[in-house]
Amino acid sequence: MIKKILIIGLLAGVGLIFFDLFNAYQGSEVLGKTGRYYAENGADEVGAANLVTAVIVTYRGLDTLGEVTILFLTAAIISFVLKFRREDFIPNRPVRITSELLDSASQVIVPVIFMVGIYIFINGHLTPGGGFQGGAVIASGVLLMIMANPNFGISHKVIAKVESISGIAFVLIGIMGIFLAGGFLDNRLLGLGNLGELFSAGVIPIIYTFIGLKVGAELSNILGTISHAQNEKN
Amino acid sequence: MFIAIAIVIGVASLISGFIAIHHEKLSVAIIASGMVSLFASVIFLLLAAPDVAMTEASIGSGLTTLIFFYVLNKIRQRND
Amino acid sequence: MEYIIISTGFALALLGLWGILSQKNLIKIILGFTIFNTGINIVMVSIGYVRGKAAPILDVIKPSEAADKIVDPLPQALVLTAIVIGLGVTALMLVYALNLHREKNSLDINSFKDLKW
Repeated sequence: MIKKILIIGLLAGVGLIFFDLFNAYQGSEVLGKTGRYYAENGADEVGAANLVTAVIVTYRGLDTLGEVTILFLTAAIISFVLKFRREDFIPNRPVRITSELLDSASQVIVPVIFMVGIYIFINGHLTPGGGFQGGAVIASGVLLMIMANPNFGISHKVIAKVESISGIAFVLIGIMGIFLAGGFLDNRLLGLGNLGELFSAGVIPIIYTFIGLKVGAELSNILGTISHAQNEKN
Repeated sequence: MFIAIAIVIGVASLISGFIAIHHEKLSVAIIASGMVSLFASVIFLLLAAPDVAMTEASIGSGLTTLIFFYVLNKIRQRND
Repeated sequence: MEYIIISTGFALALLGLWGILSQKNLIKIILGFTIFNTGINIVMVSIGYVRGKAAPILDVIKPSEAADKIVDPLPQALVLTAIVIGLGVTALMLVYALNLHREKNSLDINSFKDLKW
């Protein structure tokens, strides 16, 4: 009973805070100062048609580096927590046979899914999308492979190599920016090109490709670890 | 027009959020929370944020729901 | 429109908080966390919305007149990263719930009393 009163009191308090915030919100007719700066100078300084990409990869590139690190840490902690003893592991757990349809369709569809993912992150500076969305699409392709064959083990060596190489390349490109251009993660290492073309916006497509590979590898690692835990004896 | 769409989507997302918290069967609750994410991605599209809508639809709605189901399946196997 | 959407976001956040506080099942509590997360994301994006403006992509909009035609790109970039981190945190919480279930063979939060006094 006391617990219920406490919950209702806490909810009422938070609701009051939210109501205050809602009352103060007026919507806006014009851009704020920061948004105006990005809108006016984004095309000249960065050269990416998609301004969200410009903010993520160049203006706030350090945040993205931190975020990819957090994702790596989560994947590492999940593998660590779900680590199980060797003798508990049943290598070829008897599983229900997957249907013929799923099995053959996965062989046809998985390459197409990978291609869509790569398309999404290569065109990240022109159209909506980018490394994170493309990485998620690639991870869903890996998931289809796991579903079609539950005993399919993702090679941890390949994932570790893809992940670490793309992480190192991301940081190295950022450091090259200090010496060859204006600062850390400056994208003017290569020419900016014409706005709206595939080869434009300096190193943004290259960085986003590495982010996409890294995110795809990390998400597939999380999915693979969790599905692998099902092979464990109870 | 947009206002009508916003009202319908908002009410639908609140209803599925309520189902997600209050339904007794865990599988129904997980599907309902995936639907909240899906409606949220439509809301992001209405707010002129296609990038965020794409991320929410692929990551928030797709992968999160799947991870929930993997864990639920694992727990059920153990209870058998 | 943005008033309706921002109130939906706040209501979803409250709903998620209520779920976190009132439910007993660990999986239900984690579902509450994801709903809370979605609500706050909606609020953040709607703060960056400018009435009647287009998405921040300069394909038909000329860069010289962009400042009067697009919405704020900064909250969108922040929310994009927040969603990806949200997936990682949710997966982490679920794996811990799995390990707790291995210890006590139950998902009820009332059965974990080891640190209670």
